[in-house]
Amino acid sequence: MLAVAAKELLQLRRDRRTMLALLAMPVVLLLIYGFALSFDVRDIRLAVVDQSRTRASREVIEAFLTSGYFVRVADLDEPRPLNEMFDRGIAQAALVIPASFGADVAGRRPTALQFVLDGSDSQTANTVLGYARQIVNATGAGLFAVELRPPVVARPLVWYNPDLDSSLFLVPGLVAFILMVSSVIATALAVVREKERGTMESLRATPLVALELLVGKTLPYLLVASVAAAGSLTLAWGLFDVPIRGSIVWLALITVLFLAGGLGWGMFLSSLADTQQVAFQLGLLSSMLPTLLLSGFIFPISSMPRALQLISHIVPARYFISALREIVLKGVGPEVWWNDALALVAFGAVVLVLATVRTVRSL
Amino acid sequence: MSATAPAAAAAPTVVSARALTRSFGDFIAVDRVSFEVARGEVFGFLGSNGAGKTTTIRILCGLLAPTSGSASVAGYDVATEAAHIKTRIGYMSQRFSLYSDLTVDENLRFWAGAYRLWGRVLEGRLRWAREVAELERRRRTLVRELPGGYRQRLALACCLLHQPPVVFLDEPTGGVDPEARRRFWDLIDELSAEGTTVFVTTHSMDEAERCHRVALMHAGRLLALDTPRGLKADFAAGTVLEVGCALAARALPRLEELPGVVNAALFGDRLHAVVDDPARGRAIAAALDEAGFAPVTVTPIAPSLEDVFIRAIHAASREGAT
Repeated sequence: MLAVAAKELLQLRRDRRTMLALLAMPVVLLLIYGFALSFDVRDIRLAVVDQSRTRASREVIEAFLTSGYFVRVADLDEPRPLNEMFDRGIAQAALVIPASFGADVAGRRPTALQFVLDGSDSQTANTVLGYARQIVNATGAGLFAVELRPPVVARPLVWYNPDLDSSLFLVPGLVAFILMVSSVIATALAVVREKERGTMESLRATPLVALELLVGKTLPYLLVASVAAAGSLTLAWGLFDVPIRGSIVWLALITVLFLAGGLGWGMFLSSLADTQQVAFQLGLLSSMLPTLLLSGFIFPISSMPRALQLISHIVPARYFISALREIVLKGVGPEVWWNDALALVAFGAVVLVLATVRTVRSL
Repeated sequence: MSATAPAAAAAPTVVSARALTRSFGDFIAVDRVSFEVARGEVFGFLGSNGAGKTTTIRILCGLLAPTSGSASVAGYDVATEAAHIKTRIGYMSQRFSLYSDLTVDENLRFWAGAYRLWGRVLEGRLRWAREVAELERRRRTLVRELPGGYRQRLALACCLLHQPPVVFLDEPTGGVDPEARRRFWDLIDELSAEGTTVFVTTHSMDEAERCHRVALMHAGRLLALDTPRGLKADFAAGTVLEVGCALAARALPRLEELPGVVNAALFGDRLHAVVDDPARGRAIAAALDEAGFAPVTVTPIAPSLEDVFIRAIHAASREGAT
C-alpha cells in the first residue's frame, strides 16, 4: 500500500498539470466566485421623482444616495417617463415623493412614499426592498423626531454575521464545492489513467489487493487536496474576512473526512469508466451539480421540495457545509456537529466499500 | 537456433491445463485447450491475433476465470487459488507495464513494493535487475527516454524481481529491433537454464524456433503441440515444394486447384505447396507453365514452422467445414 502511495506521489509530483489543477484551481475559483457570487446588491440605478421639493424630501433622497446602495440616474418632476426607463433598463428602482410630502411632514401627519421596483430579478428586488425599508424607517424617525413612537418595536439582532454579509455564508460552501470537484476528478482520472495505459493489467497480476491499490492511490491526493483546502480557507479568511472562530483541529478533521468521501467517490467512478474522458464527465456531473444545488450552498435545504430534501441526505457537501459554518462562523465544537461528522464517515465508508467491490468485480 | 527438448520425464509439471475453455457470450475465445509445461521449459504459444493466446495467459495468471475446464500453475488452481498464484508468477503483459513518467529505479522500487520485497533482499534484487536490464548507469533516467529494447528488458526484470518459478510473457518483443530481440531471447534462455519456466506468446516464426516446445493456436483451439523439430518432421520428405513463377499471387488459386496439392500459400514472391506425393512436382511445373506463369521452377525444400502452421490451420478449417 505504501509502495503504491509513494509511486503515486512521485507521479503526481512530475505531473505538473494535475498538480496545478489541484492546488491553483481552488484558489482561482475562490477568487472568481468569491467576488462574483454575492447576494449583496450595490449601485442600484435609482430614478428620483421629487414632486415635493422640500427640505424633508431632499433629506429622504439624500439618505438613499448616501447609503451606498443606490446611484441616482435621473431626477424627474413627474413619474410618466419611468415606464420607459424601466423598460430600457436605465433605472432599476424609482423613488416617487408626492407633492404633499413636505406639508404632511411639517404638519406631522402620516404620509407615504412610493418605491417602484423592477421585480424581474426577484432575488435582487427582495434585497433592494429590504434596504429601502430600512432607509425610510430610519429617515422617517429622524424627520418626525421623538413624536413617532409605535407601542411595540421589533429590534432585530443578528448573530454571527451582524452585517448579513453574504460572503460569510457563501465562502464555506464555496470551499466545499471546489474541494469536492477537484478531489473527485483527480482521483477518478488517476485510476482510469492506469487502465488506459495498460499498467492496470500488470498491477492485477501482482499480489496487491484492490483495497491496497485504492487506498494507496487515494492517500497522496488526500494530502495534496488537504493543502489546497488549507489554502482556500486561509484565502477566505484573509480576503473575504471570513472569521475562523472555531478550532483549527476540528476544521482539519471535518475537512479530511469530507475529502476522503470525495476521493472515495472518485475511486468508485473510476471503476465505472474506461477512458479518462468518461471519467472526467462523470466526475464533473456527479460532484458539481449536487454540491451546487442540493447541499445548502446557495439554496436553503429547508425550502426545497420534500423529495429533493431526501436526496440531499446523500450529498456529502450538505454535512460538510453545515459543519463548516458551525465551526468557522460560530466556533462551536463537535457536540453540535457530531452528526454531520458521522454522516461524512458513513458516506466515506460506503463509497470506499462500493469502490472496492466494483474494482474487484471489474478486474 | 537452440531447440533442445528438456528431459520431460525428470522435470516436474509447473503449468497444466485440462480442457480449459473461456467464452465471452457466444464467442469462444479458448476452446477445450489441454497441455502441460515442465519446470525450466520455454513454452511457446504461436498463433495469429485473436487466436486465444492472451486469453489463455490471463486465465493462467488468475486474472480471468475459466468458463469450464481447469488449470493449475505452480500447484495452485487458477479458479480458486489465484491469490497464491500471483505471488509465484511474473506477468509481462502485451501492453507496456512500466510507468513512463517514473525513472528506472522508481519503477523497480514500485514493482518490488508490489511484490512485498524489502530490506536486504530488496536491495539485492534491485542490483540484479539493473544488471539484467543493463541500466546500472541510467538509474535516474525516465523510462520514456529509454530505447525500446532497454524498456523491454526492464519490464522483464520488473516482473522477475520476486524470483517467480513461472513467468508469462505476452508478445514481449513487439516493436523491438532484431538485435534487441535476439538479446532478449538470450535472456530467456538464461532464465530457463536457471530453472524458471518461461511461457511466451508470439506470432513470429523465428521466435517460435527458439522455444523448447511450441503450441499452435488458431480460433481458440490448440492445433498441434510439439518441439519445433517434431512439428516439422510431421511432413513426409519432399512434400513441401517451393514454386517460383511469374505473377505468383495470381498463380496461387490455380496452384491450389491442381491434383495432389493439399494446401498452398504465398511466401513473399514465391509459393509454397504441400503435396501428397513428392512426384507431383513435375506435373505442377507443367500445369503452371501451360497456364501462362512461365518461367516456373519447383524445388523440394525443408519445411519451416510457417508451413506447419499454415497446413494445421488449413486442415482445421476443412474439418470445421465438413
